[in-house]
Amino acid sequence: MNSTDRDPKAPLLAMRDVDKHFQGAQALRRASLEVHAGETMALVGQNGAGKSTLIKVLTGAYHRDSGSIRFDGGEIDFASPQAAQNGGVSTIYQEINLIPQRSVAENILLGREFKRFGLLDWRRINQEAARLLGRFKIDIDVTRPLAHYSTAIQQMTAIARAVSFKSKLVIMDEPTSSLDEREVAVLFEVIRQLRAEGVAVIFVSHKLDELYEICDRVTIMRDGRTVRVGAMAEIDKVSLVSAMIGRELSSARERSTGFRDGKAGAGAEVLDVNGLGVGFRVKNVRVSVRAGEIVGLAGLLGSGRTETARAVFGADVAEAGEMRIAGERARPREPSEAIALGVGFCSEDRKLEGIVPDMSVAENLTLGVLPKLTRYGVVDEAERRRIVERFIQRLSIKTSSPEQKIRELSGGNQQKVLLARWLCANPKLLILDEPTRGIDVGAKAEIQALIRELADQGLGVLMISSELDEVVEGGDRVFVLSDGRTVAELSHEQATPAAVIAAMAHVEPQGMSQEVGQGASHE
Amino acid sequence: MSDATLIARAPVLVWARRYPALVALLLLFLFDLAFTPHFISWQTLNVNLTQVATIVIVAVGMTLVIATAGIDLSVGSLMAIAGALAPMIFLSSLGVAHPALGVALALIVPVLVAGAFGFFNGWFITRFNVQPIVGTLILFIAGRGIGQVMTNGNLQAFKNPAFQFIGLGRLFGLPVQTLIMLAFIAAAAWMLRRTLFGRQIIAVGGNEKAARLAGVPIARVKRLVYTISGLTAGVAGLIVVAINSSSDANLVGLGMELDAIAAVAVGGTPFTGGQATVVGTLIGALIIQLLRYTLLANGVPDAAALVVKGAIIALAVWSQQQGRAST
Repeated sequence: MNSTDRDPKAPLLAMRDVDKHFQGAQALRRASLEVHAGETMALVGQNGAGKSTLIKVLTGAYHRDSGSIRFDGGEIDFASPQAAQNGGVSTIYQEINLIPQRSVAENILLGREFKRFGLLDWRRINQEAARLLGRFKIDIDVTRPLAHYSTAIQQMTAIARAVSFKSKLVIMDEPTSSLDEREVAVLFEVIRQLRAEGVAVIFVSHKLDELYEICDRVTIMRDGRTVRVGAMAEIDKVSLVSAMIGRELSSARERSTGFRDGKAGAGAEVLDVNGLGVGFRVKNVRVSVRAGEIVGLAGLLGSGRTETARAVFGADVAEAGEMRIAGERARPREPSEAIALGVGFCSEDRKLEGIVPDMSVAENLTLGVLPKLTRYGVVDEAERRRIVERFIQRLSIKTSSPEQKIRELSGGNQQKVLLARWLCANPKLLILDEPTRGIDVGAKAEIQALIRELADQGLGVLMISSELDEVVEGGDRVFVLSDGRTVAELSHEQATPAAVIAAMAHVEPQGMSQEVGQGASHE
Repeated sequence: MSDATLIARAPVLVWARRYPALVALLLLFLFDLAFTPHFISWQTLNVNLTQVATIVIVAVGMTLVIATAGIDLSVGSLMAIAGALAPMIFLSSLGVAHPALGVALALIVPVLVAGAFGFFNGWFITRFNVQPIVGTLILFIAGRGIGQVMTNGNLQAFKNPAFQFIGLGRLFGLPVQTLIMLAFIAAAAWMLRRTLFGRQIIAVGGNEKAARLAGVPIARVKRLVYTISGLTAGVAGLIVVAINSSSDANLVGLGMELDAIAAVAVGGTPFTGGQATVVGTLIGALIIQLLRYTLLANGVPDAAALVVKGAIIALAVWSQQQGRAST
């Protein structure tokens, strides 16, 4: 497969001394990245370290100011991601960029449809798509619209598309962020297969365990520079993280998150849900939260965690079960009703359901509390400014000014603004769906510490997380969902990683749900 | 020297990039100064301000609708309804017996009725979750029919100076409808910036899902926005019949929805929602008006003027994209 005119020992990709600056900011300073054929390279760094910029320079989304990029034996400068794809470099972005209304098959083969007599040959397109997905052990109806399927399937579709380009280099930007463990295992199998075929993979992820499981080497970036390159086996977690954030971690600490133990002694119940049913995803969920505690809600993708949270918040309407919010019986039909009862909710999808991108930090921060700052319909600007300044300071939100557009902030700072959106309304219960997803390590610990601090001050927190460490270390209690049912309630002491995994993987929901669920008497 | 460095050195050009519509208006004005006969006169100013006022008033409501990522096709038809209703009121036996009351009711009731139809638009769109372009198509078609049914399709001619003050009167030397127009612009600009409702409009257009999860009452905001659009259409309908001394439901407000939408587009409010500039809309309407006048005054036929109008919209959209790309 390799070009014959190339030294077999030379790297497939060699980016050297790449500089890139945007108005006023140096995004890359003599950054470098080398990947060999058949190698899986981890690319890590905090948000703003330059990973994304480096990838975009490589794929032609941006153009470098200086430096050299050699790929497959020649100097390259792709004009666009499309050109890069044709040149053998495929990218799977964090946000899936496919067309939800079109069929899975069309999405996989978009732009390369098979034609017969000038017309699309649908039979061949569908066959080919099914074959490509079959490589990932996914057997679905490829003629249905992509939006019909789960995020995980959509992600796999994106990967199948990228791989199908017969690429020599596949870049995966946080490919596992919406996959459950089983799907991650399938993805890793695919990566191993690619490796065996001599395809190089650049794997960007914030999940350290994954890096150690699948990657051969790691390139660590910080402040636009490449600060360390080495074999995964030679760099332990602590030194990897400290290279990323540029300071020595107090390595004596066992825990990997920013959570400390809570001041025990939780208060009155702020949420009590029994026998909750919503659609076909939530069948029989029981969960409760007391003032001053963090309750972790664990479960595989599709177990009904997010759907439970949305029903409590009134974003979707519960169809069955009983719900008490702050002691009152409730079944909110709109978020505004839940908010009036003192509930706040941060969605797992910051971009689609959290921020209003073109509005300022100040406007986003006060979007929820604005009615309370209004007299006769007119906003009290002075009061609003005071609140915004107080929360920017309290959560140390890094923004050039309160008037900066929120879309220009890093993920971690956007999340802080969204937390502040609720905190300034003084809620009794805050529901956090994946509060640290896609956020760099430093900001992550900061947000985790903040959540604990808030709970200590009396807030009840219901926290959904796919990261086991977060649930296990952060949760004063942990509820585990499986297939729309609560299958376990664990105290902080009981909630070891092994115990939570065991509960999540619980294959026979009948037995457990009869112990803890309300609707024990099925037929 | 590259384009970028040239621009960085000349603040005027930076400014020009940010406000392309204003630049276009100025250029057009300079062109008229140089080439259009009798351009500098009260008459010219009056003609243009009178003609543009109704478009701007409707376009203010349209700007708010478009800021929520919606659109309102029904405004022209709602003008026809309001325009048909007003003479029916002051020509009725009650209106003749009590002229002052008749005129007062003729000024208020049609506007409220148009507002109610606007509310129906908003209710229909939010209740059944339909595309605004489809939701308002209903009254675009049916509204003009309602106006014709009300008047049996007849033209109502009238002479009522008290009522016609809104179309023919003057205050402080300016046409009354111009003052009404300026009041609407000022009120809408202030509302968008300073009030809860204004900020909620922008939030709904900027990210509806996020706004809903932050507790913004999406349906209420949208219904209110379409109601306001109906109200502004009602006011514009009254002014048009007052100017004409007659009301013909076949003709009042005909094509107004497109003029208003064009003014919003040229003015720089993006149709994707989440941003709005009513002052921009005013400038957009002025550009279209002045262009029409310029072509007419220089003997260009009306048909050609339409083509130029289309070209201006294309140009406006292009220049806004340039402006956005450079920031």
